[in-house]
Amino acid sequence: MSAAWITIAVLCAGTVAIKSVGPLALGGDPPSERVSAVIRLIAPALLAALIVYEALSVDGHGPEFDARLVGVGAAALGLLARLPLLVIVALAALATALTRALG
Amino acid sequence: MTTECQVQTGAEPQPPAAHPHVSDRRSGIRAGLPFALATFTLGISFGVLAEPVMGAVAPIVMSIVVFGGAAQFAALSALAAGAGAPAAIVSGLLLNARFLPMGFAVGPSLRGRPLRRAAQGQALVDASFALASRGDGSFDRGLLVWSTAPQALAWISGTIVGVLGGAAIADPQRYGLDAIFPAFYLALLAEEAGSRKAVAAALLGGAIAFALMPVAPPGVPVIAASVAALIGLRRG
Repeated sequence: MSAAWITIAVLCAGTVAIKSVGPLALGGDPPSERVSAVIRLIAPALLAALIVYEALSVDGHGPEFDARLVGVGAAALGLLARLPLLVIVALAALATALTRALG
Repeated sequence: MTTECQVQTGAEPQPPAAHPHVSDRRSGIRAGLPFALATFTLGISFGVLAEPVMGAVAPIVMSIVVFGGAAQFAALSALAAGAGAPAAIVSGLLLNARFLPMGFAVGPSLRGRPLRRAAQGQALVDASFALASRGDGSFDRGLLVWSTAPQALAWISGTIVGVLGGAAIADPQRYGLDAIFPAFYLALLAEEAGSRKAVAAALLGGAIAFALMPVAPPGVPVIAASVAALIGLRRG
């Protein structure tokens, strides 16, 4: 087997395992108060990290400050103006594309 | 653990912790649809970049069975650099490791036998996690599962187009499509940040990711950010 196929097979098995642990460990019974106090904060912590990662990384490395930041700024303004989600996302793409076209 | 395998009749009164609304297939798919275009163009870029390294078939199989954009790009760059399978596997797994904390977060919201819950957990991707989060620690498992369907279709078909030589139409950056996901997560985070602790966890998580980005391998900054959720253990 070539390196590519070995990589695919192991990555597939590993990813299935990673995605299964939480649902197997915590599903079914309601978790304790302390556990839910922690898992309730996983979404905001990870979402913030994903924003940083998606806005600033290039091929996993960074930070690189580029036109994406203008898009995220436009999204923030759209949020303040209480625009619908789809409009906010479209604004971000438009602002980024315009910045690149002009710059 | 198959102790209390409750049959969901729908008429049964739920305990107060349970949330009544679970999206159906149609609304789940509709929720995932808007991001399919961005995912499709990313899939094309993956196919274009992967074909010279892995051949035509392997990238498509990879997009079907691994189904993780960031992990696939990371593994591909390791393979392209001639680093060999072990290095490619480690880089890929590091990026997908963020589904471990995400799995713990969604676990209590899934229903059914363990195997069924684990199967539902396979639908975890960044976008479905973000869409399904209700902001109170619970997740809409209908959104989690079904919003992933259009994304998967877009990712796989994009990879096929890319492998077949669709390079000309794939330039996500030109149309600013790479700004879609951070903007999307920002909008969903704004809904999440209902409590002071949630705001604190978000600020801390973002700061951890930012601080680690220049020094840690790809993927690690995002997983490390989940440590910020531990401030939930503090009283008050």
